[in-house]
Amino acid sequence: MSKIKIKINNREYEVAPNLTILEACREAAIDIPTLCYMKEINAIGSCRICLVEVKNARSMPAACVQPISEGMEIFTNTPAVQKSRKANLELILSDHNKDCLSCIRNQTCELQKMSADLGVSDENRFKGKMNEFELEDNHSSIVRDNSKCIRCRRCIAACAELQEISVIGAINRGFDTSVGCAFEAGLKDVPCIACGQCIVACPVGALYEKDETEAVFKALADPDIHVAVCAAPSIRVTLGECFGGKPGEFVEGKLAAVLKRLGFDGVYDMDFTADLTVMEEAKELVERLTKNGKLSDGKLSDEKIPDEKISDGPLPLITSCSPGWVKYCEHYFPEFIANLSTCKSPQQMFGAIYKTHFAKKLGLDPKNIFFVSVIPCTAKKFEATREGQSAVGDGIRDVDAAITTRELARMIKKYGINFDKLPDEKFDSLIETGTGAGVIFGTSGGVMEASLRTAAYLLGGHLLGGSSADKIDFEEVRGDEGIKKASYQIGDKTINVAVASGTANAKKLLNSIKSGETNVDFVEIMACPGGCVNGGGQPVQPIRVRNFENLWERRAESLYKDDQNKEIRKSHESPLIKAVYEEFLGEPGSPIAHQILHTHYAPRGKDIKV
Amino acid sequence: MKKIKTTAGFMGTSEQKEKLIAMIAEHKDIKGSIMPILQKAQEIYGYLPLEVQQIISDETGVSMSEIYGIVTFYSQFVLNPKGEIAISVCMGTACYVKGAKDILDRISANIGIKPGETSKDGRYSLDATRCIGACGLAPVFLVNEDVYGRIEKPEDVDDILKKYTES
Ligand code: SF4
Ligand code: SF4
Ligand code: SF4
Ligand code: FES
Ligand code: FES
Repeated sequence: MSKIKIKINNREYEVAPNLTILEACREAAIDIPTLCYMKEINAIGSCRICLVEVKNARSMPAACVQPISEGMEIFTNTPAVQKSRKANLELILSDHNKDCLSCIRNQTCELQKMSADLGVSDENRFKGKMNEFELEDNHSSIVRDNSKCIRCRRCIAACAELQEISVIGAINRGFDTSVGCAFEAGLKDVPCIACGQCIVACPVGALYEKDETEAVFKALADPDIHVAVCAAPSIRVTLGECFGGKPGEFVEGKLAAVLKRLGFDGVYDMDFTADLTVMEEAKELVERLTKNGKLSDGKLSDEKIPDEKISDGPLPLITSCSPGWVKYCEHYFPEFIANLSTCKSPQQMFGAIYKTHFAKKLGLDPKNIFFVSVIPCTAKKFEATREGQSAVGDGIRDVDAAITTRELARMIKKYGINFDKLPDEKFDSLIETGTGAGVIFGTSGGVMEASLRTAAYLLGGHLLGGSSADKIDFEEVRGDEGIKKASYQIGDKTINVAVASGTANAKKLLNSIKSGETNVDFVEIMACPGGCVNGGGQPVQPIRVRNFENLWERRAESLYKDDQNKEIRKSHESPLIKAVYEEFLGEPGSPIAHQILHTHYAPRGKDIKV
Repeated sequence: MKKIKTTAGFMGTSEQKEKLIAMIAEHKDIKGSIMPILQKAQEIYGYLPLEVQQIISDETGVSMSEIYGIVTFYSQFVLNPKGEIAISVCMGTACYVKGAKDILDRISANIGIKPGETSKDGRYSLDATRCIGACGLAPVFLVNEDVYGRIEKPEDVDDILKKYTES
């Protein structure tokens, strides 16, 4: 495409012709402030913060939506531009509950930063009647404080366009406009999947996770309670961002160190139960393949599966480690519930096996254990409260508190730990760091790849034919595409797999499976685009970064690098995994494994409750 | 926050539902047809309660939050049906200064619903309206087509309402 000539602030530039003013200026190293704009999904030109002057134009266009044209002369910082931006910002502030000091987004808020950057001189210039809102905090995972909402509609776009769920929208008009669910129902009464993508899209303190840090601090202060914590695979590549690190910075050592300093009695790596999930799920896959005639020769390498233990679910087997996806399936695709793996997620497996097997080893009564997980995901808060998530029984939950990356960062700051100065330490050796397979659970395609590594082993080299039981890198299912597909050869049979991330892509994939257009045997689905690395509980990055950088790719790369560096990269080769099966579980899919590590699901319907 | 809810019990008939579904089928493949669908649905039912919006959402694939957003954006759409006894109290300036608010409160207490609502059995509805052009009679209120003006004190509404409630 031939370039066109434009002028920005009197300097000439040659740029691609199909850009907006905002994009062209970015190429010229000029940042124009934006509030409502989200690349590809929210170009509504409504906040008018991104105004610029264009020579001979009648009014100031919004840079985020205005395309450039040949010879255009743009001015991004004239006094008139500055005055208009400031006035528009002051208008927004006039109906905003400005209690920054006690606000969850104090110091990470885009509105606050913009007020500083644009030099707001009177935040009460347009003071008048203000909307009154109630705090909505009865959802398992998400709190909405509409007194902070600036009606930028980014959350609406995240829910409707990115996730294609659309349970929130704008209500009423003009001054009365607010953001919420149809019929003003609470978020808990609509088919919201608790993914939290609305939270990470929000520029201000109007949406945030349900805080569980108080409960954790309380347990930590109680000498009679054994408080254990495990950190999910992706936390090691995101926590650093809360302390000024670059996206994807690998901070596993500091993560272990800081959890120990917070006073937890056991500090563990969730990679271990990711490996455990692989063992159970790969076995389930082989069983379902056999049962459904895909492996009729039944040639399994090490072990024969006794008939009565064969999982009777249909193909494709679909992963169940993403609780937002599971909830999505229960609400919107109940016909696929039987396809879901019955495996609990790594978070739940950890709590379950800790309160049973390890409690015994440590001589602890499960009643006195408070189990905490650090997770990238707001839906995991919901998962922890689901029924069928109690290995011990007696109402003792597998997981007592699920805190997001952001909540952990808040705890660290409250506790006064200087994160940057921390040494690298290791997780507790009782449950050592897991394999490379466990680590990549944190990214879209990772669960598939980890499972294939072990399934290839279980099938004794049948996968891909010949000696390919050694295959480690399944490049085909990596990368940032929304839907990835691959085929592998097992003897004379072909096993087809697919990976989808983000529920919009999941919907597309499931519909094409339903119509028969796609024929697959094993499917990985994660609710958030890109998987856990881009989860709704991860550090919130300003829209400048979200619009123009591939955040999740940075974070995912870091996980793949760690996998590459690991000595053991296959779950079934982990000595700890072997020991746990020897000492406790027997073999994957055994009755005891089923009792402790598996669960069930039920349709939830789509109706709104008012 | 202005809470808008449908308070009347839903009493849609199966004929209405058939009509609605046939109408949606006719329109749904046309781009941007959600407005005419909502208008026609309101013609069928007289208002747009949850149940009707849910059918429209299921049939068109347009989400409930989007439909509700449109319904609350345009004043032509209503979430409550008119009652058999539809009462509207003028809140225009002339009426307001002559105590329309007290009249509204009196009626509200009398029939047990708030302005904007319809009683569960569909018998009453109560609205606060803008000037109806009868300022000379202020304060004014309407019951169905009947106009009542120059109400001297709020208690006077009791006898007027009795005429309707006892028939
Ligand atoms: S949302 Fe931002 S500007 Fe508003 S109170 Fe919170 S920190 Fe301050
Ligand atoms: S949590 Fe997910 S499904 Fe629920 S409102 Fe937010 S974006 Fe939509
Ligand atoms: S809740 Fe946040 S993202 Fe949603 S409209 Fe309000 S300010 Fe924007
Ligand atoms: S109008 Fe451009 S960012 Fe809001
Ligand atoms: S103000 Fe009531 S009729 Fe005009």
